[in-house]
Amino acid sequence: MTHNNFIYIAVMALVSYAIRVLPLTLIRKPIKNQFIQSFLYYVPYVTLAIMTFPAIVEATQSPVAGAVALIVGILAAWFGASLFQVSVACCAVVFVIELFL
Amino acid sequence: MSETKKMTNERPVYAFNRKIFCEGMRDGIPIALGYLAVSFSLGIAARNAGLTAFQGFLASLLNNASAGEYAAFTLIAANATYLEVAIITLISNARYLLMSCALTQRFAPGTPFFHRLIIAYDVTDELFGITIARPGYLNPFYTYGAIVLAAPAWSVGTALGIMAGNVLPLRVVSALSVALYGMFLAIIIPPARKDKVVAALVAISFALSFAGSYLPVVSSMSSGTRTIILTVVISSAAAILFPRKTEA
Repeated sequence: MTHNNFIYIAVMALVSYAIRVLPLTLIRKPIKNQFIQSFLYYVPYVTLAIMTFPAIVEATQSPVAGAVALIVGILAAWFGASLFQVSVACCAVVFVIELFL
Repeated sequence: MSETKKMTNERPVYAFNRKIFCEGMRDGIPIALGYLAVSFSLGIAARNAGLTAFQGFLASLLNNASAGEYAAFTLIAANATYLEVAIITLISNARYLLMSCALTQRFAPGTPFFHRLIIAYDVTDELFGITIARPGYLNPFYTYGAIVLAAPAWSVGTALGIMAGNVLPLRVVSALSVALYGMFLAIIIPPARKDKVVAALVAISFALSFAGSYLPVVSSMSSGTRTIILTVVISSAAAILFPRKTEA
């Protein structure tokens, strides 16, 4: 079965907005349940980490360049570079390494 | 802060204030620049999923979610079902649920309801960050100032990525395709530096994600499904083993 891109987009938009608007409109008190609170706290880190690796190594022409970009990105972020700086550093590393490979 | 004497009788804290709106725009500039670069690389993923420039523009305009859109595009590329796309969007945007829970506490009593509906449009890591960093009750117009720059940058960048991805040399596309991962790293690494549990989770997630793409059974699942399952399992285990102290 083929799918319609506009329906895909509508589904994404609906879910994205619901996630944001429901707490803002329905919940006026802090979440008390410790499990849910902890779970929600950890989710972003886990899911972003999963999506980053090994995907970053597979995204580039040469896996070595992707791997080095990963390390450079981690180091840059660790030492306080901004979102923009980390992104640019990763791109620059890949570009330079792939000039030589 | 000049906004501290806001609760005086003349203007409520949530009223339009040109100065606060401009502060929002000022703080929105670096965010918009970052979005432009990162969404460009998101556009490359959207192009792989078969989206047109207009569809990519629309998706970004309506979603404002880096990881969520990226994950969804990956699934769309694999001709996944609408339900799968809904679930991956839910999971990879789950953090916005938490951010909205935090933001809802900061609305001044009496703020008109529609402000909540507009703020909900663009709760992202960065916009949430600058909004929550301001002291006291929030003036939605500060966030609106940042949104009027950030949201167009995000959607236009995605469309440009789709269009230019066809034109740019392969080498440049290859380099740009890691911008998004750079953004992810910029989000997860600073908290990992402060919190050992988060650092361990990031390492474990890297390892299991890597293992998952090679192990029999698991690797036959779509990468989106794998992301959902691993996220729920790892985060649940962490929440049970290392519960967060309330209001830490």
